[in-house]
Amino acid sequence: MNAAVIIPLVLFLVIIFAVGFIASRSLTKSGSDFMQDYYLGGRQLGGFILAMTMIATYGSASSFIGGPGVAYTEGLGWVLLAMAQVVSGYFVLMILGKKFAIMARRYNAVTLTDFLKGRYQSKWVVITAAFSIIIFLFSAMAAQWVGGARLIESLTGLSYTSALFIFAVSVLIYVVIGGFKAVALTDMIQGVVMVGGTLILLIATIIAGGGISNIMADLTAENPNLITPFGAEGSLTPSYVSSFWILVGVAVVGLPQVTVRAMSYKSSRAMHRALIIGTFVVGFIMLNMHLIGVFARPILPGIEVGDTVMPLIALEVLPPWVAGIVLAAPMAAIMSTVDSLLLLVSSSVVKDIYVNYVKPDATYQRVKRMSFGVTAVLGILVFLMALNPPDLLIWLNLFAFGGLEATFIWPVVMGLYWKTGNKYGALSSMVVGIGSYIVIDVFYTSLFGLHSVVFPVVLSFIAYVVVSLATKHLVVKEAGDMAAES
Amino acid sequence: MPPQEDYRFKIANREALIGVGLAVINFVWWFAFAYGLGSRPPEEYSYVFGVPSWFFYSCIVGFILIAALVTFVVKVFFVEVPLDDEEEGDRS
Repeated sequence: MNAAVIIPLVLFLVIIFAVGFIASRSLTKSGSDFMQDYYLGGRQLGGFILAMTMIATYGSASSFIGGPGVAYTEGLGWVLLAMAQVVSGYFVLMILGKKFAIMARRYNAVTLTDFLKGRYQSKWVVITAAFSIIIFLFSAMAAQWVGGARLIESLTGLSYTSALFIFAVSVLIYVVIGGFKAVALTDMIQGVVMVGGTLILLIATIIAGGGISNIMADLTAENPNLITPFGAEGSLTPSYVSSFWILVGVAVVGLPQVTVRAMSYKSSRAMHRALIIGTFVVGFIMLNMHLIGVFARPILPGIEVGDTVMPLIALEVLPPWVAGIVLAAPMAAIMSTVDSLLLLVSSSVVKDIYVNYVKPDATYQRVKRMSFGVTAVLGILVFLMALNPPDLLIWLNLFAFGGLEATFIWPVVMGLYWKTGNKYGALSSMVVGIGSYIVIDVFYTSLFGLHSVVFPVVLSFIAYVVVSLATKHLVVKEAGDMAAES
Repeated sequence: MPPQEDYRFKIANREALIGVGLAVINFVWWFAFAYGLGSRPPEEYSYVFGVPSWFFYSCIVGFILIAALVTFVVKVFFVEVPLDDEEEGDRS
């Protein structure tokens, strides 16, 4: 691979570093509440940064690298499916909305687990939540590292191990030093890169393909199914495609890496701006990116590995230095996912487990050292796992998003809007959600032609409501006991 | 202060319902055009700006429409409130 591609990529990484350092300077200056600053950026995000960091977090590697690859294979039907993500651009912030931000402040919550702790006052809810975050997000993160290293490997020709090393060092430095603010700021840069990158690449691809009508004619000639909503083999049924509205659309409300952003904004004005910007940008990126995958097919037929569609088409239709900048986009996507996950897992370990149950009287200095230390140690652990990824890891990762959604969606949403909901309901909802998801995913893969996330989301809702109602008297009694004791 | 008395929660509840409504509109539009126009055999497709009409209306127009709707409801129906409890002062 030539220097013209590598130089813009390296420049991009340098800019990211610079932002991390600047953000870390402001971290030491303010210093009023280290936890809030490090893990939440002191709840000071403006609208534009908020929108970009949310998109960069949930829209990332799966859609950026994997998505165009599948679109290449399946045709326009996969673009239709991807457009289900537009709903996440406004749904999350509208549903969690101001109430979540207000309650998070009232509970002084820094993580999703803090919120659950404040709402349900239950040790078991907290521990279940913290462990599912640590296990699932750790696996999701390790798999992203593998993806990031493979991308560097394919662009630079370095060995997998050295590519992984470069990736790990660049992620670790700015996450450990800069915290959430650095992550949010770099997410913003990465979001802008993604928007610009996909637009340039889409236009160049259309030109290289001889115009849209020409591309459509080529696709029809190859396989008419490519321009139907049903996929290349006709296997994308309406019910299956629609169930992605839950997986990548509305149930994103339950993802811890998304909810933590919904408590980080400065004001309701910032949230309003983020709603508008977020919807436009997420739709724009999804549409462009997946169309690139479809349009690449007549230009570069016969690509075997889906993940290589983006890099190959960029190198084909763009001059090398532009390709370098555009390819910084998937790089950006992976990095922004990884950094936010790393921070989240670290906060779960330090805040949810250590400060809550191991050493509640930890001093400020100690918590600060722990936060840096745990983040760094986690990064090294992920690096070691990514060197030689075990099979279990791949499986857990595939599983992570649906699993987290089924675990958290109702304890969060019903916790906000239904007063009767209680800790027993929340705990059974989490257990039923995760349990039924494992059973359905392992034994049935897709029940009634729907994605395996659909039924667990329904079942965990039923569990939440039924158990909360059934234990209503218990909670009233406990509250009475507590009042009597004090 | 019991949570149910907070005036901000009424606003928040209404905005959450608007979110649900928008998602329903979005889904119906997306589904109706995609499978309404796209279920014909491909040779009978009509094309708008080079892409099949089902795709144009469902994905492109649908996206622009929903983005415009979001902008509209946020500007018109969403209310700015303070997020910190202490900023409320003695209003309750």
